[in-house]
Amino acid sequence: MSVAGPLGQLTLHAIVALPLLAAALLLSLGNSRRDTAAVIAGVTTAAALALLLTQGGAVFAGGVPQTDIPWLPWNDAALGFRVDGLALLFAGLVLGIGLLVVLYARYYLGAEEPIARFYALFMLFMGAMLGVVLAGNLLLLVVFWELTSLASFLLIGFWQDRADARQGARMALTVTGLGGLALLAGVLLLGRIAGSFDLDVVLASGDLIRAHPLYTPMLLLVLLGAFTKSAQFPFHFWLPHAMAAPTPVSAYLHSATLVKAGVFLLARLHPAIAGSELWFHVVTIVGLLTLLVGAYVAVFQHDLKGLLAYSTISHLGLITLLFGLDTPLASVAGVFHIVNHATFKASLFMAAGIIDHESGSRDMRQLNGLWRYMPVTAGLAIVAASAMAGVPLLNGFLSKEMFFAETLKLDSHAWLMLVVPIGATLAAAFSVAYSTRFIHDVFWNGEPRGLPRKPHDPPAWMLVPVGVLALLCLLVGMLPGPTIGTLLDVGARAVVGAALPYYSLSTWHGLNLPLAMSVLALAVGAAFYFSLQKLFNLHDSVHLERGGKEIYDAALDSLRAAARGASAALMNGSLQRYAAVTLVFAAAALGLPLWSDGAQLAGPLPVAPVPALAWLVALLGCGAACGVVLMHRQRFVALVWLGLTGLCVSLTFALLSAPDLALTQLLVEVASVLLMMLALHWLPATSPAESSAGRRLRDALIAGALGLAVAAAVFAVLTRPADAGLANWLLANSVPGAAGNNAVNVIIVDFRGFDTLGEITVLGIAALIVAALLAGPRDPAPGSAAPPAGDGRAPLLAIVGPLILPLAAVVAIWFFLRGHNLPGGGFIAGLTLALGLLVPYLGRGADWVEARHAGRYEPWVGWGLLCAAATGIGSFMLGYPFLTSTYLSPALPWIGKLPIATAMFFDLGVFLVVTGATMLMLTTIGHLGRSRGVPTARGAESG
Amino acid sequence: MAALLAIGIGLLTATGAYLVLRARAFAVILGLTLLSYAVNLFIFVMGRVAIDRVPIVRPGLETTVQSYSDPLPQALVLTAIVISFALTAVLLVIAVRAHAQSRSDHVDGGAP
Repeated sequence: MSVAGPLGQLTLHAIVALPLLAAALLLSLGNSRRDTAAVIAGVTTAAALALLLTQGGAVFAGGVPQTDIPWLPWNDAALGFRVDGLALLFAGLVLGIGLLVVLYARYYLGAEEPIARFYALFMLFMGAMLGVVLAGNLLLLVVFWELTSLASFLLIGFWQDRADARQGARMALTVTGLGGLALLAGVLLLGRIAGSFDLDVVLASGDLIRAHPLYTPMLLLVLLGAFTKSAQFPFHFWLPHAMAAPTPVSAYLHSATLVKAGVFLLARLHPAIAGSELWFHVVTIVGLLTLLVGAYVAVFQHDLKGLLAYSTISHLGLITLLFGLDTPLASVAGVFHIVNHATFKASLFMAAGIIDHESGSRDMRQLNGLWRYMPVTAGLAIVAASAMAGVPLLNGFLSKEMFFAETLKLDSHAWLMLVVPIGATLAAAFSVAYSTRFIHDVFWNGEPRGLPRKPHDPPAWMLVPVGVLALLCLLVGMLPGPTIGTLLDVGARAVVGAALPYYSLSTWHGLNLPLAMSVLALAVGAAFYFSLQKLFNLHDSVHLERGGKEIYDAALDSLRAAARGASAALMNGSLQRYAAVTLVFAAAALGLPLWSDGAQLAGPLPVAPVPALAWLVALLGCGAACGVVLMHRQRFVALVWLGLTGLCVSLTFALLSAPDLALTQLLVEVASVLLMMLALHWLPATSPAESSAGRRLRDALIAGALGLAVAAAVFAVLTRPADAGLANWLLANSVPGAAGNNAVNVIIVDFRGFDTLGEITVLGIAALIVAALLAGPRDPAPGSAAPPAGDGRAPLLAIVGPLILPLAAVVAIWFFLRGHNLPGGGFIAGLTLALGLLVPYLGRGADWVEARHAGRYEPWVGWGLLCAAATGIGSFMLGYPFLTSTYLSPALPWIGKLPIATAMFFDLGVFLVVTGATMLMLTTIGHLGRSRGVPTARGAESG
Repeated sequence: MAALLAIGIGLLTATGAYLVLRARAFAVILGLTLLSYAVNLFIFVMGRVAIDRVPIVRPGLETTVQSYSDPLPQALVLTAIVISFALTAVLLVIAVRAHAQSRSDHVDGGAP
């Protein structure tokens, strides 16, 4: 392990950051500047590739340059990157093929297409992919993994106006996104097992991990992530649908990057999680199935890109199978095939794109005999397709030979020993068949049939990327040692996690069984294809693979149906039903625990004597509450009973040593009864009797159960002693800590001042909601009403009103000033003043009041909140925490020393908000009919 | 005293709950007001109750719950009373608007 120097650290971060920065830059670039966009993307990729190569020396020397920036240290997540052999190889593929695709896309995309957006998404994807392969921390890997899913969604859906592109993109995102969630869960388990998310630690803890009881769920979750990403059977169905992407995207995502992320993960975590029977069986069998299914279905595709898509699935299965075999040489072969497949498949996709671009079709039933029209393209495609078929002297042959050799070594696994080699040969034969079809059906097999355009070779620059890759196929195929040997060696060593046994990378290994399998596959495959063409008409065959997509669609449909059903069942739109369900659950939640503990409902405290006054208040209150229920259809009568109930609640507070509460309750009671009377002006005066007797009984039962549960809870609590720790602290600190004798007020404005700030904010917001709801335009209603308190004003109030207001103001100030030490304070003072201000409205009507002073109460709310918040911020300025209180004793003339706690300014804010909010609500509802539009009203007689 | 308070709060809860289950907005608002009485009293009595122990600190008395009632539930309930007033106001306005638009004050918006 070597840690990179300061410059090296920067290098690793820069490799990942450069494409991401370029993506941001490209997004700000207009779509018209095609060449600029291509140059930015190309230069960025080349620069990142150059930076990666600077790390090559250290990696080849056996080091692992790495760097860490703490990110969420408490979660053991770091922005750490590391370059070992595997990361170097993969990052090289990502950047190298990326560079070629950037060049190719410049010529592929039409003039009218948003090319800057394309390159921006492309760079985003490239950065995410680099993050996956270079991540040195598993959590970071998962983050980049998700980013590749999102970026590929955007790329596959690049042609947003096409339904198939949107559907393909959605499907890819759904499948790989679900896999990503599984991977996240698996990685969290893995980190828990290994004790760290650091990749070095995890890779070194293989034995610990395999012996852990959570190994099986962890492995299955991680494999689910890898298999969905790498389109393994039965999750492979999304990949053919992703072919709706522009071809450069397909060439990049489905050869070297996105789908390779899954097999990369298998390789990356190989030392940590492979090496068990479970791994062997699951990975091998899934790989084999994918290999066979993909190869077979590919033969019958008529769409060029469809053929390549299924071929990709098949080759991914091959790689998965190799990692499943779990021998060092199989891992070498797996890594080798990753590189080879990326090379020939990228060039084939690009060739398919050229054919599509120049002829207007990708359908092999139309594309025939193109050899004479586009010979250069044909030549390059033939080289690449031969590599895909595993023809000797090309790179695909080498890794396939190694693959065959490894399948023959399964002597310890009874039935797989036969099944795997036979399946491998069969799949290879199919692979030869579809490769032959790609060559023969497109470039020969008669003349073109009904092509939109007369095909010809594309501009030279479009051929260069294909040519480079085809050349690589040949070079690696003929000179494997000098070209790829060293890189393969360090890459595979990182997968195996130890030194590699001897292996030979040469074209000729003598006459042996793998060679025989290759020859057999070539012969059978070619025969299969030509017999399909001659004996059956391949072009007429309609072979649509059934299964994955249908299940996916059905699953999505049933999910939607289930969601709709659940919504419909739970939410039928009836408030009555919701209320009933809520109350039943509340009664059960409160009552059931007490029920089961019913024997000990009464606690140890002795029964306290009840004064006669309490009996009276309780009787009156209970009677009044029953009156509300009995009379609730006669709304005004019910309101009177409600007021009486509130009065009794207030008396209860007074009786039980809570004068502040008694005052507040009394004032609020007056205000809310007034409010309801005003509102009743626009509501019917009576409620019709519409509930059936059964419904009423049901509701009475629910209400009774809830009432019983609450009563039992109250009784249980009150007969048990309280923990007085907090109460004692508050009482003891009220005077020394906050200079106030009224402990309740001290809590409100000081100890829990922040809480109060929130509450007055809520009050202010509620008042503004009331104003806003009634201020909007309404549909003009027929039979509009006169305003409330219309002509029939209250003569008595009109006369005494002028006297009451100043009196109320004085009382309010008095309440306010003494609040810190005696019952009173901002809430009570605010309510008092509001009620005083309301008297003229009641006595003379709103017109009269507003003619004299245009009272707007919104500013009161605003200034009050500002005042309260400023008090808190003031203590910030003095270096204390928010809302720290202090107190001064200025000597005032005439009055003498007046102790003022700064909390008083806070209380002033409370006072202003409460006054403003109360007045705003009352006057808005009182105004309703006049200046702000007319809602339907019952009639003026109610005023 | 405990039994009396339990009965009182239970009755307020039951009457409030019954009205909340009615079909007309005004009855629901009446019910919510009754429920808020019940809930406020409930929170209040959680600090236990006592007569003549006003939580206003006076010289010469030990500052414990032996001499004063618990001030914390009182402070919580004080703001709660004001907030429930605001809630009533908002609900009333919604009821009035809904009535103006649907010509009915049924809680489900014009259903029979």
